[in-house]
Amino acid sequence: MANVTLRNVRKTYAGGFEAIKGIDFEVGDGQFCVLVGPSGCGKSTLLRMVAGLETITGGEIDIGGRVVNQIEPADRDIAMVFQNYALYPHMSVYNNMAYGLRNRGMAEAEIKTRVEEAARILELGAMLDRKPRQLSGGQRQRVAMGRAIVRQPKVFLFDEPLSNLDAKLRIAMRVEIRKLQRRLSTTSIYVTHDQLEAMTLADILVVMNGGQVEQIGNPLEIYQKPATTFVASFIGAPPMNLMPLRSDELKSQLTGDIRASAAGILGIRPEDFVISNERGAGGVALGLTVEAIERVGAETFVYGTRQKEEQGVAATPGELPPGEIIVRIPGAVGPAIGERIRVVAAGDKLHLFTADGRKRVG
Amino acid sequence: MEKSTVFNNRLLPYLLLLPQLVITVVFFYWPASQAIWQSFLREDAFGLVSEFVGLENYQALFAQPEYYRSMLTTVIFSTLVAALSLSIALLFATQADKNLKAAPAYKTLMIWPYAVAPAVAGVLWFFMFQPSLGMLSRPLRGMGLDWNPLLNENHAMILVVMAAVWKQISYNFLFFLAGLQAIPRSVLEAGAIDGARPLRRFWTITFPLLSPTTFFLLVVNIVYVFFDTFGIIDAVTGGGPAGATTTMVYKVYADGRLGGDLGGSAAQSVILMIIVIALTAIQFRYVERKVQY
Amino acid sequence: MVEHRPFTDFIAYAILTLGVFIVAFPVYLALIASTHDAATVVGGHMPASPGSQTLENYYRAVFVGGSRTSREPVANMLINSFVSAIGIALGKIFISILSAYAVVYFRFPFRKTAFWIIFITLMLPVEVRIYPTYKVVADLKMLDTYAGLILPLIASATGTLLFRQFFMTVPDELLEASRIDGAGPFRFFWDTLLPLSITTIAALFVIQFIYGWNQYLWPLLITTKDSMQTIVIGIKKMLVTSDELAEWQLAMATAVLAMLPPVAVVIFMQRLFVRGLVQTEK
Repeated sequence: MANVTLRNVRKTYAGGFEAIKGIDFEVGDGQFCVLVGPSGCGKSTLLRMVAGLETITGGEIDIGGRVVNQIEPADRDIAMVFQNYALYPHMSVYNNMAYGLRNRGMAEAEIKTRVEEAARILELGAMLDRKPRQLSGGQRQRVAMGRAIVRQPKVFLFDEPLSNLDAKLRIAMRVEIRKLQRRLSTTSIYVTHDQLEAMTLADILVVMNGGQVEQIGNPLEIYQKPATTFVASFIGAPPMNLMPLRSDELKSQLTGDIRASAAGILGIRPEDFVISNERGAGGVALGLTVEAIERVGAETFVYGTRQKEEQGVAATPGELPPGEIIVRIPGAVGPAIGERIRVVAAGDKLHLFTADGRKRVG
Repeated sequence: MEKSTVFNNRLLPYLLLLPQLVITVVFFYWPASQAIWQSFLREDAFGLVSEFVGLENYQALFAQPEYYRSMLTTVIFSTLVAALSLSIALLFATQADKNLKAAPAYKTLMIWPYAVAPAVAGVLWFFMFQPSLGMLSRPLRGMGLDWNPLLNENHAMILVVMAAVWKQISYNFLFFLAGLQAIPRSVLEAGAIDGARPLRRFWTITFPLLSPTTFFLLVVNIVYVFFDTFGIIDAVTGGGPAGATTTMVYKVYADGRLGGDLGGSAAQSVILMIIVIALTAIQFRYVERKVQY
Repeated sequence: MVEHRPFTDFIAYAILTLGVFIVAFPVYLALIASTHDAATVVGGHMPASPGSQTLENYYRAVFVGGSRTSREPVANMLINSFVSAIGIALGKIFISILSAYAVVYFRFPFRKTAFWIIFITLMLPVEVRIYPTYKVVADLKMLDTYAGLILPLIASATGTLLFRQFFMTVPDELLEASRIDGAGPFRFFWDTLLPLSITTIAALFVIQFIYGWNQYLWPLLITTKDSMQTIVIGIKKMLVTSDELAEWQLAMATAVLAMLPPVAVVIFMQRLFVRGLVQTEK
């Protein structure tokens, strides 16, 4: 059981490339922290620095009150679950879990107790004698988890552990990981590029981009109040609609404080639109031509183009073509393709960012 | 390609490298540099006195008609062996690549001569074509041919080529078959739908797609003919008759051992080294483009 | 595929059968010759079917040796061949797996240099440096010893390249997981890398066993005593006297015995053999 604290952590490669540009955050004892971001944002590198698999070129990483910068991975009291599981292919399931304990000189009797306990929790009891290649993807994943929990470490590190599973299994394992972590209440750091996984697992969510932290906080808070346009479009699917406040059509509708920052970017989530002709006080109304419709049963996504729109905002990822707006409406009934509709959003559902997208203003 | 995670020990990697480096230096670099050094020396008949003579050994070598002859012999020998063993092996491999029930059994039956030592292969072929008792010499004589590889230079060359080809077919067969099996069926099926008949399909689709394998085998075969056929030549003809089957490698051996001309032999070694390095360099220039087996 | 007709299949079978015949014929003749008495073989009218002298020929070849040529019995040569072939194969595996481990899993000054020093040896077959190597071995007092037969032949880059190539395919995460599990370089090598390399080791062993068994020029030079001869050299020396007088039936029996171990290895370990051949020649 331990806190993990990162203080101005940096990683610069020999070639001068700055992979991690100074990161600070703290994961409290027993908390589940998720690092999320697009590929290449540095999240895996950061996790591997916590594990001791990458050197730290600046700042400090502190696990349980001890700075671990110069400590070997084996001595950091961490356990890691790898994306490809990294099971020892020539060892049985039992030996895969027992290996780390044997290397630490633990008595065989104690090893047996621990491995069997882990196998019971993970329902691997019948498979202890099998080799990894005889297991299904989900079972391998559980062995990788088992190898981590038998160690009873201070911290669990997960490097995209679910990305090699199919969609259905991924959801099942996601729930299992969360239950397991609650039960063991071991501090955990989890890396993923999947925002849904991030939202559902995290106590603390760290959104990363380009080697920097974009926003840290409770997942719902981040969803409701994204700090930057990057976070706004990365968290939530489909992404938030972002519109530059250049056209008079939009500007004229805004009132009060929001109107003052006239050069910013306006964001509205797809589900915050309603198809209606009635614009509420402080709200925004848009005229759209319907281009495409996706009906997924419980809800319907309407893709429309704004009339008289000049230019969109460059926002990666999940970026929409300039002028395109997504609207999410409940149920399966919606407008027809080619139809002209009017959508409105209430005043308290508007997000406003500075023109460079780096700061939230309202 | 490099590992991203490594160990940090300082001394250990050197200890791990030590056995191989010691053996390599003692048995490779030291003798190779000795060969280069010796090629500039002349020793007296007893090996007691040696003097530095510069390029004299090389000059003497290139003044020798025998040396040019050994070069020519090597070229003829290499060309014949490489061309014959490659084309015969390709013929067999294309047949074995057909979807036959017995293809795996044929594969096994084709590849085992790889394991026969070149010298033993030479002995087997010599036994068949030995002028007085060879099983196959009699029919040749019956046809009015005065077959005698011990005396006739062309006959000797033919015999050595046959033994060398026989030994090399299995190797070429194996690689051609692997190369053929790596060609996606769908490409050939597309060719068939485009109206190409089997033979045309072979020359317009299969053969071009096989060219990396062919090129690789060509280089390997030339190196094989240069060095590994030593045993065959020594067992069958001993370089004779009258030097007709003395290749460059055989001459290095013969001049150094029988003639005792170590300086001249060393100069020949150096020239051979240059040829091998050139061949290997060619091979590695193309190795990147080569199909992965 | 498309044109899968009885006729094309028949042609293919015919060509392949011809191929097998060409490949097998010289060996078949050797087998036949090894079952007849000397007079039948030398007379030049040897029948195409086995004779009655099989046991006697092989017994004489293995335990007695030829009478006219007064050579060593083959039993002793077989032992020499086995010792040197296995020595070459194991020696090569031992030094090359260690050097490949160093080159792949460590970073140290002169790493690239060390790799190139080993790599360049690919280009220098023993034949081109034969006399200087002979002199080194002679100076080290290793003529007529197993060390002299083995050591100069194990120094080559093929094994190192093969293991390097295999190690590169081992996922990095296995090393990372091992380090987190508390394994150092020795443990990782012994517990993880070596067990994973078993197939590669076996394939290399098969190829190098055949290579070592079939050596000719090198043993010819450095063995002066008959008691140190390998079987491949032995056959040649049986014939060197004067071919008419040579005891061909014994020479052919010896040839059969010389082919047997490596050919058996190829046939019974075909998968490993093919794998080893394809990988070492890359």
